[in-house]
Amino acid sequence: MPFKRYVEIGRVALVNYGKDYGKLVVIVDVIDQNRALVDAPDMVRGQMNFKRLTLTDIKIDIKRVPNKKTLVAALEAADVKNKWESSSWGRKLIVQKKRASLNDFDRFKIMLAKIKKAGVVRQELSKLKKETTC
Amino acid sequence: MAPQQRKPHLCRNPDLIRGVGKYSRSKMYHKRGLWAIKAKNGGAFPKHDKKAAAAAPAEKPPKFYPADDVKKPLVNKRKARPTKLRASITPGTVLIILAGRFKGKRVVFLKQLTSGLLLVTGPFKINGVPLRRVNQSYVIATSTKVDISGVNVEKFDDKYFGKKVEKKKKKGEGEFFEAEKEEKNVLPQDKKDDQKSVDAALIKSIEAVPDLKSYLGARFSLKAGMKPHELVF
Repeated sequence: MPFKRYVEIGRVALVNYGKDYGKLVVIVDVIDQNRALVDAPDMVRGQMNFKRLTLTDIKIDIKRVPNKKTLVAALEAADVKNKWESSSWGRKLIVQKKRASLNDFDRFKIMLAKIKKAGVVRQELSKLKKETTC
Repeated sequence: MAPQQRKPHLCRNPDLIRGVGKYSRSKMYHKRGLWAIKAKNGGAFPKHDKKAAAAAPAEKPPKFYPADDVKKPLVNKRKARPTKLRASITPGTVLIILAGRFKGKRVVFLKQLTSGLLLVTGPFKINGVPLRRVNQSYVIATSTKVDISGVNVEKFDDKYFGKKVEKKKKKGEGEFFEAEKEEKNVLPQDKKDDQKSVDAALIKSIEAVPDLKSYLGARFSLKAGMKPHELVF
């Protein structure tokens, strides 16, 4: 199985360990076999081991080590935020975050909603069952 | 400018690091204006003579010295005050009771009593928890708040919840069993009225929020996959 996501300048990656856990960063340069220089609009540009990064499908068009302004402009141009949040991976992360931040009352309301939805589904199903068997 | 409105004076000698000030002794002498005070007073620092100390009455030597030296206990200036209330618990917070007869019940917090215990109510009609005292340690505070402005809880204090002192009755042997029956605990009518009056305003504000009534009526329990240290209450 060939690789599809490559470490290259402009590759957007997700940080999976450390202080910036969960952030989307852009690889702006490769330092050596193990480390990359990464940058994001809300952090100071710094080095990160590749083991701390998970590559995404998104790539933006930048030159090696752009300055912050250029980087932000390139991110806007490629619409990285929306692409990420509409991708299934990004959506899953958003749902996970929402679930983790639920209040006790919210959990209760969700339980009621689930029961209601299941009831409606069951009703429809029984209606369909009746039609096919009779 | 009236004296009360003056801002508190900033430090004249800021620390470079702890223990080392920015200005030397001579600079500080100049900054404090001690030279100006001396000049105003004609070359010397103004002195106030010691006030003539009121002559203390001559103390007589004590008549009695104890045989052994007794150590005096150290002075204790601590004041008793109610337990510090967690910042997450404010009047109107929904609490989850963790132990006792009502474990798992979600109740509304009313106020903290002087003993430190928390005064809570179900409301009684919703989940069967009456006006009751509960310890802060046996409670989880959720972030759900109920509007408690229409409720008057001034009259409730620890004495209201204390055990009633019964008069001791001399029981004759023959009357023993009959007397037992009379000592059933019946809740006095005025306590029931208190409960009703507190709950009336509460229930109105609870019904204003959708699903809150059924939420308070349900018990809390840990289900599969719930990790208490990761749950946000």
